[in-house]
Amino acid sequence: MRKPSGGRSDVAELQVPDDSELMPRPQVREDLDPSRAQPVIQLGDLAVSYSGKLAVEDVNLDFGYREITALIGPSGCGKSTVLRCLNRMNDLVLGAEVSGRVTYHGQDIYAPEVDVIELRRRVGMVFQKPNPFPKSIYDNIAFGPRVMGRKQDLDDTVEEALTKAALWDEVKSKLKQSAFALSGGQQQRLCIARAIAVQPEVILMDEPCSSLDPIATAKIEDLMQDLKREFSIVIVTHNMQQAARVSDRTAFFTATVRDDGQRVGELVEFDTTPRIFSNPKESRTEGYITGRFG
Amino acid sequence: MSSLGDVAVSAARTIPPVPRARAVQGGVFKFGLFLCLAFGVVALGTLLVDIVQTGLPRLNAQLFENFPSPSPRRAGAQSAIVGTLWVIALTALFTVPLGVATAIYLEEYADERRWYNRLLAANIQNLAAVPSIIYGILALGFLVRGIGLGPTVLAGALALTLLVLPIVILASREALRTVPRGIRQGAFALGATQWQVVSRQVLPAAIPGIATGTILALSRAIGEAAPLLLVSGITFITFNPTGLGSSFTVLPLQIYNWVTRPQAEFGVLAAAAIMVLLGILLVLNSAAIALRNRFQKRW
Repeated sequence: MRKPSGGRSDVAELQVPDDSELMPRPQVREDLDPSRAQPVIQLGDLAVSYSGKLAVEDVNLDFGYREITALIGPSGCGKSTVLRCLNRMNDLVLGAEVSGRVTYHGQDIYAPEVDVIELRRRVGMVFQKPNPFPKSIYDNIAFGPRVMGRKQDLDDTVEEALTKAALWDEVKSKLKQSAFALSGGQQQRLCIARAIAVQPEVILMDEPCSSLDPIATAKIEDLMQDLKREFSIVIVTHNMQQAARVSDRTAFFTATVRDDGQRVGELVEFDTTPRIFSNPKESRTEGYITGRFG
Repeated sequence: MSSLGDVAVSAARTIPPVPRARAVQGGVFKFGLFLCLAFGVVALGTLLVDIVQTGLPRLNAQLFENFPSPSPRRAGAQSAIVGTLWVIALTALFTVPLGVATAIYLEEYADERRWYNRLLAANIQNLAAVPSIIYGILALGFLVRGIGLGPTVLAGALALTLLVLPIVILASREALRTVPRGIRQGAFALGATQWQVVSRQVLPAAIPGIATGTILALSRAIGEAAPLLLVSGITFITFNPTGLGSSFTVLPLQIYNWVTRPQAEFGVLAAAAIMVLLGILLVLNSAAIALRNRFQKRW
């Protein structure tokens, strides 16, 4: 089948040290300097407004290949808005307007000739609230391949996706049962498996653990470390410990109130996660991570 | 204060019984609600008992086998029963695809910021409240006479379609709206097209709700006499419809016709025909409920 990134992945793989996958949490990856990473997605002067109201602006960010990038910040700082630009889910919001550049391997994904369907197959998404389809576990996973027109070898795809999402052993005997019968954590892993089944290159996660208990959260976090070997991950989280535990790089957003009373989100600082959490350059970042505001 | 201390503590530890006033208040409210329920049930029950008592002697094979006749002893309702089934089947055939498609457009495709979409939605809402006789007049003027369909099964079914279409659209929109946004987003995020999202996720999830709304609307149509009185006009039809172009009568019209006759025997016939109408309604509704439950279990 389609290789997610073609020739580019070979180049990028050379730049990701092999031992990084074996490192214990919390990840310490000082060796990865922003300038060295091979970005999958790059944002240039990104600004988003809803019905003319500016939500976030001046975002310049690079999402590294097979890295986990965390977007953190207080509510309303635009981190989810930014995430939704990466697979153009904002297209579905009436009145949403995106300006600036969002490039995927250098290609502007907001260019008129870009097929948004194809983009979303390469940049998958997992939502805040587990949203399994009202169908069987099997049909949930098979939905993505089916809408791509695949009819053969679905069994293998389903098993592979569920295995990668660390859910196969729990559900292999009840694939035909409703996905609603699963627990919240299992449902969220099912949604991750569903995203994996279309073989994306990037997986976006919008506060994937916010409705889960600590044990289910830990499972998803472990899973993310496994997935990193194959996928680039962007996670929005308001849980700073989670960002510190799982991510390689962290982008800190905040919202400032303008003179006209409008709250606008902005990117404050972007660096490797250890540096953001131990030695932030900006005082606002430090204030947030030490709990002084936010 | 200090002398009361012990008493106060022990009183605070025992949970006091429900105050009398509150118990009475609760009881009165509950009884009032029950009365409201009883009002409807008793009224319906009385009607039903009255009709069954009157009509039961004539609920025999003759009613189903014979056609209307000037002689009450020989009269039956076959043409009305068959006519009702014809008209309602055609109405369902026209209404369901049109209504569901309209609802899908309004809910899933239409840009609400466009004035014409808002105008459409508001008008459909208003149409649902138009009295059925108005649709009858429209059908008579436009369908029967205007385009020359005549007093036929097709004209009758189209008149009923006009009548129930707004209700079906509103019910289907409501059903589509109850499908969680997360399902749409999840499907879009997997690279599904708008059509795939609608046809594979949203519509299947909304089918139980759409079915319920459609059945309720068709149940209303089956009992309608006013629009068909104008379309069909004559209620003395002694043959079954053979196609879209046949003249026809339906049960409500036959009942209306019999009730207005002076002979008491026709009153008995009318009561029997009402029981048949109720029976058809009951069968249709239970079939629909069974269908709906099946769809729900497939998840």
